[in-house]
Amino acid sequence: MKVWKYGDDVNTDMLFPGKHTYTCATAEEIKPHLLEDLDPAFAKGVQKGDVILAGRNFGCGSSREQPVVGLAAVGVAAVVAGSFARIFYRAATNQGLLLVECPEAVAAYQEGDPVELDAAAGKVRVGGREFSFPKLPLEILAIREAGGLLPYTLAQLQKERGK
Amino acid sequence: MTFAEKALARAAGRKESRAGEILIVRPAHLLTHDNTSAIIGKIARELDKYGLVSKELPVIVLDHVVPANDEKTAAGHKKVREFARRFELPHFFDLGEGICHQVVLERALALPGTVVVGSDSHTCSYGAVSCFGTGIDRTEAAALLLTGKTWLRVPESIKVELTGAFQPGVFAKDLVLTIIGQVGAEGANYLSVEFDGPAVAGLSIDERITIANMGVEMGAKAAVFPVDAAAEKFLRHAGVKKRAYQALWADPGAAYARKLSYDLSKIEPVLALPHSVDNVQPVTRHLGMKIDQCLLGTCTNGRLPDFEIAARILKGRKVHPGVRLLLLPASRTVLREAIRAGHVNALVEAGGVLLPPGCGPCLGAHQGCLAPAEKCLSASNRNFKGRMGCAAAEIVLGSPATVAAAALHGAVADPRKELAS
Repeated sequence: MKVWKYGDDVNTDMLFPGKHTYTCATAEEIKPHLLEDLDPAFAKGVQKGDVILAGRNFGCGSSREQPVVGLAAVGVAAVVAGSFARIFYRAATNQGLLLVECPEAVAAYQEGDPVELDAAAGKVRVGGREFSFPKLPLEILAIREAGGLLPYTLAQLQKERGK
Repeated sequence: MTFAEKALARAAGRKESRAGEILIVRPAHLLTHDNTSAIIGKIARELDKYGLVSKELPVIVLDHVVPANDEKTAAGHKKVREFARRFELPHFFDLGEGICHQVVLERALALPGTVVVGSDSHTCSYGAVSCFGTGIDRTEAAALLLTGKTWLRVPESIKVELTGAFQPGVFAKDLVLTIIGQVGAEGANYLSVEFDGPAVAGLSIDERITIANMGVEMGAKAAVFPVDAAAEKFLRHAGVKKRAYQALWADPGAAYARKLSYDLSKIEPVLALPHSVDNVQPVTRHLGMKIDQCLLGTCTNGRLPDFEIAARILKGRKVHPGVRLLLLPASRTVLREAIRAGHVNALVEAGGVLLPPGCGPCLGAHQGCLAPAEKCLSASNRNFKGRMGCAAAEIVLGSPATVAAAALHGAVADPRKELAS
């Protein structure tokens, strides 16, 4: 498990450049461009189970779903940040990517510390210190448990309209 | 209750709501643009099975990469046109009509007291006419096409009291950049920003759009103005009578997370320097900074008064040989009016290059991408690294007057001097 550490105000243009937004839609097309203008080493080096640790306002800027789709597809276990921009937060909820808002954990991190997550308990451990993060509201939990917004919506439609 | 509490309660079919609650709301409209192709691609089978929830809900505007720059984009546009035809959508606007947010406002598809969501972050622009406009993502837009509803957390609110009037050469863009510089890029994250106070009456709807548009650059969920005579006139001009909407505004005793106040007469021309919108400094501190490209336009500052002020500065003069001036009107209506008023002629004669109404180079897809080590002074809303297609270029934001002054001199200049002479 590797921890990728970044600063404040990481915007969606850094996570996935705007010039690719109408040419890349599938996870496979998106993957090579992840974090292209922020950290060229990321797309090549990221592995399943890695964690991104970042400062405040992660994912600000354009409404851009591709970085979320890409991060979920490469198997990033969670993004732990001081705070998240709201459209990015919704996008992550809708794709089932775990976001952990915990400024204390980010502040405690030192290079080389392992980061462990227990999403159900709302706990994150950084270098042996444990921090709590607020549990998700029921509405959001339901979407997460269904595997994202589309599976959730389709299950509801099937129930309501019985087709 | 705040405006946000009232507007979201209404869209959820309730009498009241409180900040922090999560509501299931039915937005009046769902805006999508070129990304409609990707959105409907997610639900192709479900659209066959269940159909659209309503023909009235979607507003689709092709604007982000128009005319298409390559085969893939062209195929996407074609798919969107076929979708609009198949479902006989009344609110489909093909390329050339303008930037989605300007089109929504001009066609009065954003009405006071309603909720409009859009798969674009600048959907907050509709707060200019007291509509709770807010950005969502593509997957959520796909679900909305099927169900017509989504969840929204009722945000806390910030109240911004505006007094006084701008000095000559100072504009709405300078005000909103000054605010963002002070509260920071996440100063209004998850919050609804209510603009109020005696100075609002003196702000045109065009100026209010500039301010509301930039709300998301401080993280805001919505950025709203009250409905007054100017807003009613704007809506009447767009063909909407007063009885077609029920405006809402905050109660005098509403609770706010934060209150701010600004005296417009104290605002001066400012720039947002690379690479964040809250990196705001006075123009006077950067006089002479060399500029390679100037962009006048976009959904932030591509309206008639923006072209008018640029034409006032550049009419009968020439764009500096070291700089390229790109002109990007926000809509066909703006373009037509700017042609009629002679502004387009003045700016093209001066050396400007006219682009079709649309998003143009703002997101770095085409029509004016930057080269490494180049600097662009732009009237748009974002100066993020790589935004205009090149991570090694720099973008500086300013008002249309500041952009025009730089086009004249090939470097940052004080717009107040140009307007005084």
